[in-house]
Amino acid sequence: MKDTLKKILAKGGPFIGLILVIGLFSIPAETREFFLTYNNFKIIFTQTVIVAIGALGMTLIIVSGGIDLSVGSTIALTSVVGALLIQHGWGPAPVLLVMIASGGLIGLLNGSAIAGLRMTPFIITLGTLGVARGTAKWMADNQTVNYDTSPINGWMTTADPFSHALPAGVWVAIVLAILTALLLRNTVFGRHIFALGSNEATARLCGIPTTRLKITIYALAGCFFGLAGLFQLSRLRQGDPTVAVGLELDIIAAVIIGGASLNGGVGTVLGSMIGALIMSVLRNGSQQMGWPTYFQEIIIGLVIIVAVFLDRLRQGKAAA
Amino acid sequence: MSAVRLRLTGIQKSFGATRALKSVSLDIAPGEVHALIGENGAGKSTLMKILSGAHEADAGTMELSDIPYLPENPHDARLKGVAMIYQELNLALHLSAQENILLGAESTKLGWVDRRASRERARAALAQLGHADLDLDRRAGEFSIAEQQVIEIARALLIQPQVLIMDEPTSSLTQADTEKLFATIGRLRSSGVSVIYISHFLEECRRIADRYTVLKDGETVGSGKMKDATLDHIVTLMTGREVKDLYPRTAHAPGQVVLEVKTGASAPRLKRATLQVRAGEIFGLAGLIGAGRTDLLRTIFGLDALDAGEVCILDATAHSSRPRDRWAQGVGFLSENRKEEGLMLNQSIADNLTLTKMNAYGRFGWINGGKQRATAQRWVGELRVKCLNAGQTIGQLSGGNQQKVALARLLEHPARIFLLDEPTRGIDVGSKAQIYQLVSELAAAGKAVVVVSSYLPELLGLCDTVGVMCRGELAAVRPRTEWDEASIMRVATGSA
Repeated sequence: MKDTLKKILAKGGPFIGLILVIGLFSIPAETREFFLTYNNFKIIFTQTVIVAIGALGMTLIIVSGGIDLSVGSTIALTSVVGALLIQHGWGPAPVLLVMIASGGLIGLLNGSAIAGLRMTPFIITLGTLGVARGTAKWMADNQTVNYDTSPINGWMTTADPFSHALPAGVWVAIVLAILTALLLRNTVFGRHIFALGSNEATARLCGIPTTRLKITIYALAGCFFGLAGLFQLSRLRQGDPTVAVGLELDIIAAVIIGGASLNGGVGTVLGSMIGALIMSVLRNGSQQMGWPTYFQEIIIGLVIIVAVFLDRLRQGKAAA
Repeated sequence: MSAVRLRLTGIQKSFGATRALKSVSLDIAPGEVHALIGENGAGKSTLMKILSGAHEADAGTMELSDIPYLPENPHDARLKGVAMIYQELNLALHLSAQENILLGAESTKLGWVDRRASRERARAALAQLGHADLDLDRRAGEFSIAEQQVIEIARALLIQPQVLIMDEPTSSLTQADTEKLFATIGRLRSSGVSVIYISHFLEECRRIADRYTVLKDGETVGSGKMKDATLDHIVTLMTGREVKDLYPRTAHAPGQVVLEVKTGASAPRLKRATLQVRAGEIFGLAGLIGAGRTDLLRTIFGLDALDAGEVCILDATAHSSRPRDRWAQGVGFLSENRKEEGLMLNQSIADNLTLTKMNAYGRFGWINGGKQRATAQRWVGELRVKCLNAGQTIGQLSGGNQQKVALARLLEHPARIFLLDEPTRGIDVGSKAQIYQLVSELAAAGKAVVVVSSYLPELLGLCDTVGVMCRGELAAVRPRTEWDEASIMRVATGSA
């Protein structure tokens, strides 16, 4: 009995957390009516898209034992790039590709610097955080980049706001999550990411090309961040070089709440997605309760600490 | 003043089921340099940890100048008059020499550091060592290793110790610096400090020590005046144990040379090694810790850069030497350090076992998990690895079972040249016997095996050929029949 309980906790820790926060907001009289409705969850899902897609890339990086602090800036930069291209009359497909590629390019630079110069990811990406943000402001001439209209604007909403259909962005996030989960679990590339994060010395000893692998991981994650920039653009309908400041912290928090370890070698896509949802539900619920935003920030901060603490307790028990 | 500065009687210490110290007795006079001698694992480190307060003895008594000596921790031991200089120096490299010497014992005036008094005390300590001219304002990291050691000894002298323990102080010193250290020790002796000198190098012990004590398997097996003892006598005391019949000797006939190293060198430790290993041969590498055995294996495998000389894997198609290429050439490496290098402790047995060739378990980069697990499960059965199944996290297994999985990685790859670094370190006797059997069968099947081990009976029982390393050089390579433990120890300790 105790063992089964432990197993449930071990496998479904983040999931239980999600049910808890949903339950929390379903009880009070202020939110009971609207909170547990399909339409509210449609809103929650839509609000989660950007963090969720970012968290997919971040999961790859964190499982490999790295970290990327430049995500918020990357998202801002790619959204500016996209807006400028739309201004120049580009269609949605080439804009999409160029935005993903620019995210990938920043990741490639991050990965090359980390693997090539053998510097810690924290320092390198702290540097690119500034470089990408500055470049975004430079390209945008320090103001928002506006354009008339683009089909991209419709990817985060549905034509009829009361229809039961989900916006394209939600579907993209779901499909990518499934693909990334398969990539991590069932491909040689994915197992090598776990090997790198679990013990880089072992990976090297076993002949895994660790330098190339690291560069690939950061570049691929960068593509995800570029795509997150696309949905940021879609949501704002303008390129804003000052958007998504500090978003990397939300994304990292989602991955960590989802059970990944900053030491590398541990983490799942499903966990990260649930982690992203937990934060969206907390935000959404707090708003409906009429709590001020500073109160939401305090709660989310505490949730991160509690989640990681519980995770450590759980792992400590498992190891004993 | 008492005639005995430090006296230990019947010291015992166990860690779980392992009895590290069975019965150790030792006495040291004031102003005496006392050599503590023993093989790797004889219990020297445990004894030093008890003396310096890091561990508490289970039984036995310690007296310092006729007063019971019961250090609560290393700081307390220092205050009571027992200071220790570790093999790995403990300096704050970014602080100045003076700050390092006075660390934790700064002269103060109303809570402020009194710079003048501090400087005088540091200067006095250095003068006692004959290094009054050392620049006190330079950062510790800018000094040579030998000078750093002087700084560390000066720090120990600041609290006027009665006993100074030095663990392998010459292991990273040049010959000239060793001479200077001996002069320093001579000064300490004449100022009445007792020195416990731990070293693998018997010649050094003979030169510097007044008396010696030999430890073997956690017991004092002999002590006396250094000038009355021959090296042979000491070596016999160190190694005098029976070779048990753990070692199966399957018939194997060495064939063609498959691995050759020509005057290989790799900074900092490997100076010069030349060897040939044949198919079907078990080649043992003996030597003391730090003699360069591991460095030699790592250099062969491409984990450390080869600075000079040549490593040839014969009849290999590629000549590149990264670990990745070595695996492709059929060379496998077993790390001495399971936890930090050999295994991914939080991953499954199956992932650990198949990490070198994951592409083989599927197509187009997708892994057929069933096939991968079935392969791992087969090895688990064959090597009798105790586990739930091949999907279990490897960190949950015992050391012996982890080691079997680490070896199975080489078998599954499959390797034809096995580089095994301390393959039986820290594992139970049952697993040891099984690994000996396995290695013997590999040789019988025509594989080449290189084994590094600190346990001499193992090398003598298992190998066809044994090479002995000393201070970074492969000093002698001979057939096993021409070696015994004493002759290996003599070469390893540089006293042959």
